[in-house]
Amino acid sequence: MSADRRDARQIAEAVRSGESSAVEVLDEHLGRIDEREGELHAFNLVTADGARFRAAAIDAAVAAGETVGPLAGVPVAIKDNLCTRGVATTCSSRILEGWVPPYDATVVTRLAAAGAVMVGKTNMDEFAMGSSTENSAFGPTRNPHDPSRVPGGSSGGSAAAVAAGFAPISLGSDTGGSIRQPAALCGVVGVKPTYGTVSRLGLVAFGSSLDQVGPFATNVADAALVCEVIGGHDDGDSTSLPQPFPSVIEHLDDGIDGMRVGLVTEMMGEGIAPDVATRIRAAADALAAAGAIVEEVSIPAVTFGLSAYYLVAPAEASSNLSRYDGVRYGLRVDAPTTGEMMELTRTAGFGDEVKRRIMLGTYALSAGYYDAFYGTALKVRTLIREDFDRAYERYDVLLSPTSPTTAFAFGDKTADPMSMYLNDVCTIATNLAGHPAMSVPFGTGTDGLPIGAQVLAPTLGEIAMFKVAAALELAAAAGSSPA
Amino acid sequence: MSIDLDIWEIVIGLEVHTELATRTKLFSAAANQFGGEPNTNIDPLTLGLPGSLPVLNEHAVELAIRVGLALNCSVERSVFSRKNYFYPDQPKDYQISQFDLPINGEGWLELPDGKVIGIERAHLEEDTGKSTHIGGGGRIHDATYSLVDYNRAGVPLLEIVGRPDLRSGDEARAYVSELRSILVAVGASDGKMEEGSLRIDCNVSVRRRGEAELGTRCEIKNINSLRSLGRAIDYEAARQVDMITSGERIQQQTRHWNEDEGRTLKLRSKEDADDYRYFPDPDLVALDPSQEWIERVRAALPVLPAARRHRLAERSGSQLAQTALIVERGLDDLCLAAIDLGADPMRTVIHAEHNLSDPRALDMDPAMFAKLVQMDVAGALSSTQTKTVLAELVENGGDPSTIADTRGFKAMDTGELDSLVDQLIADSPDEWQRFCDGDPKITGYFVGKVMKATQGKADGKLVTALLNDRKG
Repeated sequence: MSADRRDARQIAEAVRSGESSAVEVLDEHLGRIDEREGELHAFNLVTADGARFRAAAIDAAVAAGETVGPLAGVPVAIKDNLCTRGVATTCSSRILEGWVPPYDATVVTRLAAAGAVMVGKTNMDEFAMGSSTENSAFGPTRNPHDPSRVPGGSSGGSAAAVAAGFAPISLGSDTGGSIRQPAALCGVVGVKPTYGTVSRLGLVAFGSSLDQVGPFATNVADAALVCEVIGGHDDGDSTSLPQPFPSVIEHLDDGIDGMRVGLVTEMMGEGIAPDVATRIRAAADALAAAGAIVEEVSIPAVTFGLSAYYLVAPAEASSNLSRYDGVRYGLRVDAPTTGEMMELTRTAGFGDEVKRRIMLGTYALSAGYYDAFYGTALKVRTLIREDFDRAYERYDVLLSPTSPTTAFAFGDKTADPMSMYLNDVCTIATNLAGHPAMSVPFGTGTDGLPIGAQVLAPTLGEIAMFKVAAALELAAAAGSSPA
Repeated sequence: MSIDLDIWEIVIGLEVHTELATRTKLFSAAANQFGGEPNTNIDPLTLGLPGSLPVLNEHAVELAIRVGLALNCSVERSVFSRKNYFYPDQPKDYQISQFDLPINGEGWLELPDGKVIGIERAHLEEDTGKSTHIGGGGRIHDATYSLVDYNRAGVPLLEIVGRPDLRSGDEARAYVSELRSILVAVGASDGKMEEGSLRIDCNVSVRRRGEAELGTRCEIKNINSLRSLGRAIDYEAARQVDMITSGERIQQQTRHWNEDEGRTLKLRSKEDADDYRYFPDPDLVALDPSQEWIERVRAALPVLPAARRHRLAERSGSQLAQTALIVERGLDDLCLAAIDLGADPMRTVIHAEHNLSDPRALDMDPAMFAKLVQMDVAGALSSTQTKTVLAELVENGGDPSTIADTRGFKAMDTGELDSLVDQLIADSPDEWQRFCDGDPKITGYFVGKVMKATQGKADGKLVTALLNDRKG
């Protein structure tokens, strides 16, 4: 991050005090977008006009002495699977081309109420299915640290936007690692909160029992602030928990003396690049040096995570994506009969990965296969949660790499879906358990690209998670040797 | 077509869908309202827009529990599942329904004649929109284009699945009509079949009497009235018996009732049924009504038709079947009040059953009804006079004795009638001879003459008795 860039809290403070105007802040960010967006393609749409209007309104409010929110004048990039009233929301899919939502997602409403200024809708893997943004129907996003590499995915555009300074914060969604993995690959902070702490109303569903909205930020404190702004109960989401988001901000400086940290054995072995494993061991050492008790812990069931995930998520997706049938909105390919119209529309509108997962999920739910596939996956899901819970009886948080490698090159994994799926091996189990986890930059690999350390916590364990994340951030900044 | 019911037994099970009378839809705040311009009672969820989420309507749950309790069902922890199938009037291309865990489990319903019909379950689900096919024959296959109205999409439905305990079209009609009374009584539905508030799918099979196994069933859809229900069952049973007697096997099918042609036509067979890929809806949590809530709902239930019939039959000493019409008309409270005020119970029920079809009877003063019943029992009025006074009581209210006085209705004293009868016998010797010879038709002649002479004041039965006395 360049020294001249201010973070979200600094911007909000400057705008509130009148030191900077929201319009100036916006122009500064639009300037950076102008410079690099052509190369990076972080956005599906830059909403410069709407942003200017909003920024001017914030400035007017400040001038009038009105109270403005904790994110006053802070530019924010929104993943293109979050509904934005009057602004196209595509999920990076042809099938939603031309559709304009008549309503805002709850998280978008809450950001706006806090004074944030949306600068655009970010690119992603189509319907959030992927780990590189290569599955976007509108072309991939490039990694700001090395444009020949992927930014990760599926929230690659949101991660790249923050890494490139297009906005100090952004929102993504995480179904199997879609916030944490691109955060790691782009060298920013990314949080997947406890399932039910952030409203899903207005998030276009992929795997409803796994999806959770969360922030990207350049630092842990900004991420905590965004979580508190967007989190908390929402009557519009039946799976929303009946309580506010855990008060993470006030505990950021508590330190981690005496906290118990488990380094997950199954996420440190085979498949993890040596330079990544080395950095995560360094992270463990740094936590120990800061006063935590760090031990290795085995969570055997996480090894089944990938298999269970690729039944549960596609099964839910196959049903969630049925509505894209050409009847009411989005793409329609005309045909003589309704059935053929639906078939041709879906054939033309969905990309290969989406079709692959719809077929997988349809099969998993089919009569005669349900028990063997979906039913078994649900049982494995319970096992994973129980295994984690056993570990959390002894540890406050767990530690692991976020991604097995640093950012990979375009096309490296597109030929073999399994190798792409394996990229999510460290992140997927968290979603199955419904737990929170976050990725914090912790140095770089031998290729000079960012590495993320993942902090995992039990249900509603966000306070412990953020404390440890803050400690890691401090250690990384103290130069505990970025390569 | 009719079949020999000494040989064949018809077995019927009904699935009744009822729209619940809520203000809003099952999972959103859009209005639940019949009629209205197409696509006006809609919102993001109704249209299945991306990002929309369902939030369960608590009032719909309460109505479902009311119906469940009224049908003697166990109210259970339930789960909403998705039933996946592609259809233009199904906005999400899945229907949120209850599959393996319905809100209401096993229960039963009692018909007016006392027969008990099992209820398998009564579960909540959302309704679909309505398609209109333009061009061709008005059916989707040959239409030029189709229009979809989503006003009805998402309206709460309760699907009440009955056991195959019904044995005739009449019994099936009695079942639906009883169910309808219960739904209206508990405030769950307006019961309007013509507006689609109540929709019937009918499963029919036949078997030879004495056979223990059920025959292969066919499901009949598109039954829109009680009359169609009876006709469709008769047609379908006859069709099945014809097939069996000509050596064919019944195929499990879904059939469409064509009202105009008076027959059922094949829609699809079991083999081409969809695989609905049911799974628990991850957007909703399990529905687990507290015992306290259930008991509160139970306590607030009105007395239901079956209980009202039993109550009236017991209090009046009449047959259960006699009470059905009275309870249906809502006149049982009037009867009970009149009986409490001393009216003869049997006479009260007879009058209510036969002489009170006017809906204004509901507003009658029980004391005045009781007084009239007692005047009748005491023989103070002839039966014709009683009916006349009763009709006026219903129409204008008032006191039956005043009405009788105004109309000049005085029961004749027996002495006056005695001399009238004697005079008549003397005037008509031929007719009297025929009466004495036992010609039953001639009784009317004498009664008519007496009525004419008394301007209807005489009691016909009394006249007959006097004639018989004289015959010796």
